Amino acid sequence: MNAVRARVRLELTLFARQKDTVVFSFLLPIVMLALFATVFRDDVGDGHGATVRYAQYFLPGILAAGIGLVSFQTVAIGIAVERYDGTLKRLAATPLSPTSYFLGKCAMVLVASAVQVALLLAVAAVAFRVPLPTQAGPWVTFAWVFLVGTIAGGLLGVAYSSVPRSASSAGAVVAGPVLLLQFASGVYFNFPDLPRWLQTVAAVFPLKWIAQGMRSAFLPGGFAAAEPSGTWQHGTAALVLIGWTLTGLVLSLRTFRWLT
Amino acid sequence: MPPSDGCNGDASAAIVVAMAVIEVRRLTKRYGERRAVDGLDLDVHSGEVLALLGPNGAGKTTTLEIMEGFRRADEGIVRVLGIDPWRAPRQHRERVGVVLQEQLGQGELTVDELLRTTATYYPRPWDLDALLDAVGLPEQRRQRIKVLSGGQRRRLDVALGVLGRPELLFLDEPTTGLDPEARRGLWRLIRRLADSGATVLLTTHYLDEAEQLADRVAVLIAGRLADLDTPSTLRRRGNDATVHWTECGRPRSVVSAAPTRTVAELAARLGGEIPDLVVARPSLEDVYLRLVGEHA
Repeated sequence: MNAVRARVRLELTLFARQKDTVVFSFLLPIVMLALFATVFRDDVGDGHGATVRYAQYFLPGILAAGIGLVSFQTVAIGIAVERYDGTLKRLAATPLSPTSYFLGKCAMVLVASAVQVALLLAVAAVAFRVPLPTQAGPWVTFAWVFLVGTIAGGLLGVAYSSVPRSASSAGAVVAGPVLLLQFASGVYFNFPDLPRWLQTVAAVFPLKWIAQGMRSAFLPGGFAAAEPSGTWQHGTAALVLIGWTLTGLVLSLRTFRWLT
Repeated sequence: MPPSDGCNGDASAAIVVAMAVIEVRRLTKRYGERRAVDGLDLDVHSGEVLALLGPNGAGKTTTLEIMEGFRRADEGIVRVLGIDPWRAPRQHRERVGVVLQEQLGQGELTVDELLRTTATYYPRPWDLDALLDAVGLPEQRRQRIKVLSGGQRRRLDVALGVLGRPELLFLDEPTTGLDPEARRGLWRLIRRLADSGATVLLTTHYLDEAEQLADRVAVLIAGRLADLDTPSTLRRRGNDATVHWTECGRPRSVVSAAPTRTVAELAARLGGEIPDLVVARPSLEDVYLRLVGEHA
């Protein structure tokens, strides 16, 4: 237990001191939110007369993108780099269990992601006057989508870290697919406007479900009608995200190697 | 039991087998067509410092990494503390310390942060103050790893390797690239560990390092054991001494199997004091280079 606590502290220290991760996965979504909300000023409608300001419409998408970046991207790149700079080989020589190592990564991701999400909500509410939910229901939805989404992203990041073949390629090999997935999952574009086939592809991956869950928490109820299915699909979202969490767990435990 | 004079080989061999910390039999490792390790037999005894010496590509690191459990043997048997290192459970790592050849990463951490975290992996780690004193890094405790000098990083590496108080310590080229003072500092540290009862297996291509640290030297050439003995016995393998002196204003030298007789004859011929007399026994390096030359 001591080792896990020490790993979490170490991971958070490293995260905070690595300027590139801080800038590109932690601060980027906050900058994007500020930028998009400043540039795009048109209101977005639900098709039945109700409208919200663009900043409010963009908030759920950028929350989902931030969760994906801090969990999946940070972990996948971080482990790939540690594999090729000799850190994992050194850990392999110690009694530390892979499970403790994973737990350290996941807890680090949860803390970093929670801070980022809090900052995103604060910027949206204070700088762009986005009305945040006043009832418990949407916050409960927000909480479980955040929690399961972050853990799924972290574990899938552990599994995906075996894919890059060198430390220098890790950034591109991880960030490329993440960026594509963001476009396909409706982070930057209105998801219902995407072509049907792209929606179908995106629905396989967790990011689309995190974004949809966040829309259900931060948009008025009428916007559900604009979704492809006409509802928020909480049950399906939960099943898909839990499914990816378990897949990530099994893949991590089965494929993880300390050594190259 | 008679006092050991190094001659009662059979009796000590019997004790030795019972106390082998590492046992290697017919170990073979291939990389493609090349045999990096080729039928190696080796025993490392409890409490000794054994140096694996050999030219580049002799199979030293491969052998070490198989013993550390980082590589799998193609053939043969390897037992480290009685366990097959490739299938060793994580608890086995509590008893074995490893100092790798590669550079240490995670430069953004401080010395203290990395040691403190690593200490939590072990059931009874060293006290950090004492350890930092022993490796000579008490001043660097709060510094980031990336600002340490090469010698300081190497000492931190050794500190990480011994942090869990291992019974057995592997060191892969511990002093390569260090300045002479840093090397001596590390030698003192390794000797202190050995004195406290740990078994140490190190690789090196420095003859002086092997001579300074090792109880026995295993010379590895092309993946095979070319020789194995104490440094002083190895040195005596080269029987011939070289006698140097000055005669008629010119330096002279002669290689002799009986240098005492040579000197006596010289003294008689030159009538007393022999100018600039030096009798040089072959160094371990001479013997080693001859050994490598024979196998080339």
